Amino acid sequence: MTVLPRSARSFGWHVLCLVIVAVVLYPLVWLAFASVKPPDEILSRLALLPTRFVFDGYTKGWEGAADVGFGRFFLNSFLVAGLSVVANVLSCSLAAYAFARLNFRFRGALFAFMITTLMLPYHVTLIPQYVIFQQAGLVNTFVPLILPKLLATEAFFVFLIVQFMRGIPRELDEAATIDGCSVYRTFWHVVLPLSKPALVTTSIFTFIWTWNDFFTQMVYLNDTEKFTVPLGLRLFVDTSSQSNFGAMFAMSALALVPIVLFFLAFQRLLVEGVSTSGLKG
Amino acid sequence: MTTVRTPDPPLARDTPAGPRRRDRPDRRRRKSQPQAFAFLTPWLLGAVALTVGPMVVSLYLSFTDYDMFTAPDWVGFGNFTHMFTDDDRYLQSVKVTLIYVLVSVPLKLTVSLLVAMLLNTRRGANGFYRAAFYAPSLLGASVAAALVWRALFMGGGPVNEVLAFFGWHTPSWVDDPQFSLASIVLLGVWQFGAPMVIFLAGLKQIPAELHEAAAIDGAGAFRRFRHITLPMLSPVIFFNLVMEAIHAFQAFTPAFVIGGGRGGPADADLFYTLYLFEVGFQDFRMGYASAMAWVLLAVIAIVTAIVFRTAKLWVFYDDAEERT
Repeated sequence: MTVLPRSARSFGWHVLCLVIVAVVLYPLVWLAFASVKPPDEILSRLALLPTRFVFDGYTKGWEGAADVGFGRFFLNSFLVAGLSVVANVLSCSLAAYAFARLNFRFRGALFAFMITTLMLPYHVTLIPQYVIFQQAGLVNTFVPLILPKLLATEAFFVFLIVQFMRGIPRELDEAATIDGCSVYRTFWHVVLPLSKPALVTTSIFTFIWTWNDFFTQMVYLNDTEKFTVPLGLRLFVDTSSQSNFGAMFAMSALALVPIVLFFLAFQRLLVEGVSTSGLKG
Repeated sequence: MTTVRTPDPPLARDTPAGPRRRDRPDRRRRKSQPQAFAFLTPWLLGAVALTVGPMVVSLYLSFTDYDMFTAPDWVGFGNFTHMFTDDDRYLQSVKVTLIYVLVSVPLKLTVSLLVAMLLNTRRGANGFYRAAFYAPSLLGASVAAALVWRALFMGGGPVNEVLAFFGWHTPSWVDDPQFSLASIVLLGVWQFGAPMVIFLAGLKQIPAELHEAAAIDGAGAFRRFRHITLPMLSPVIFFNLVMEAIHAFQAFTPAFVIGGGRGGPADADLFYTLYLFEVGFQDFRMGYASAMAWVLLAVIAIVTAIVFRTAKLWVFYDDAEERT
C-alpha cells in the first residue's frame, strides 16, 4: 500500500463514509420529498425536488379512512406505546432485581428458562394467547397488546436490566441493608435509580418496537376506531392507484417522525446503552 | 464485551467457597425467599399464563383441527404430513424463508462488519456516521419504511431508473417473481446498523498492540484481518449470527407490505410467518397454524443448536474462562 499523506487519507475516508451515508439515508430523504410532490410526479420524475410543493397529501391523508381520522390512529399508537413503556420498565426491572440480587430456590433454572424464551418465536404462543383473550372478550381492545408486557414476557429487557444491575457494586446494597433498609427500599432507592441507563434503553426500544409493531396489532385490533398508525398505513397497501400516493407517503413520513425525534433526543444514550450491554434489537 | 453467559451460581460472588460457607448463606437465602418471589410475581404469572401454558396448548392444538368455534378435533400427525406432502404453498413459504435467511443474514453481517471496521478509527465525525448508519435499524421494521421500499423498487421508480442509466434494464422489482424477494433482502441489509454497533463495540476491545506487533512482523492488512480481527471478534460474530438468524426466520412486515398483503407475485414473497397468519387468522385453521409454529420453533432450535455446536471450531475466547 502506498503511504499517502495523512490529510489525503483522512479526506478519502470521509468521502467514502459520506457516500455510504448518502445511500443509506436516500430512502428517507426520498420519502420526505415524495410527501410534498404532486402525485403524478412521485414515480415519474427522478429528481428529488418537486416542481412545486403540494401539501394535499397531508390534508387528505389526515382524514384517514372510514370516518376515522389519522389523528385517532396516532392517539391510539401513542397510548399503546406509552403504556407499553411503563409496563415493561416496571415488570422487567422487578424481575431483573430478583435475578440479579436475591437468592431463591430454582434461581438458576428459572434464569435459564428466561434466557431460553429469548429465542422462542412469538408464533408458538400466539394462538392460545389469542384464544385466551377471545374467551375473556378482550380481542379488539388494547389489553392483549399491553398485558403481556405488564407480565414481563419480553425476556430481552429482563436480561438487559439484569446485566446492568450486576455491574452495580454490591457494597451499596449492603450499606443500605446495614442502615436498616428492607429489600424493597434497597430496590427502590438504591438499585433502581442506579439502573437508569438500562431503564432508558428499555424505554426507548419498547417505544420504538411497539410503535413499529404490525403483526400483533393486526391480529388483535379489528375496528377502524381502534386502529394504530401501522394499521392505518396498511389501508394503503391494497391501493396502487397514483391518486392515493400523496396521502400514503405523507402519512408514512408522519409515522416515522416520532421515531426520528426519539432517536435524535436519545441518540447518544441509546448507542452507548446498546454497545455496553452487547445486545441489540 | 459481554456474551450471553450462564448466571453465577448463587452467592458465588460474595462468599468464597470452602469451610467458611456455613449456614449463614442458607439462612439469608431462606430469609429473602418470600421477597424474591414477590419481585418475581409478574414475571412468573407471565411465564405460566402466557408462555408455558400457551406452549403446551399450542402443542396439543398442532395435532388437531381447530377453528376456534367448535371443539378441537384430534387428527394425530395429519397436520404435519399434510404440510410436507400436500401443501404447495407451505413448501413455497419454507423455500422463500430459507432463501431469505441464507442470503440476507450473511450479507447483512458482512456489510455491518466492513462498515464497523471503516468507522473504527480515531477520526472525527464518527458519532454522526454511526447515528446515520444506525437510523434504518430503528425505522426499517415499520410499515412506513416498507411502503417506501415498495415505491423505490416499483416500475419507473428510482431503482429502475438508476439501473437503466447504467444500462441494466430490470422489470418492476416488486411485481416480478424473480426480483421481488431480492428487494426484501435489500430492505433487510439496509438495517445493518444494529449488528454494526455491536461489531464496533467488539472492535474497540481488540488491543492495538496486537496489530502493531503483527505489522512490525510484516503482516499485511489482509493477514492481520484474517489472523487477529476475525478470531478476536468471533464471539461477537457468533452473537450477531444467532440473533440475526432468529430474527430473519420471523420476518413479517416487509413481506406483507411489499407483497401487497398476499404474498407477492406468484407467492414469491410468501414468508413463513405470512402464510401462518393467513392460515390462522384468515382461514381460522388454528390447529394447522399451531403445527406450523412448532415446526418454526424446531427449525430455529436446530439452527441455533448447529451454530452453538460448531462454535467450538471457530469461536475463540482469549481468556480461559469456561463459557457457554
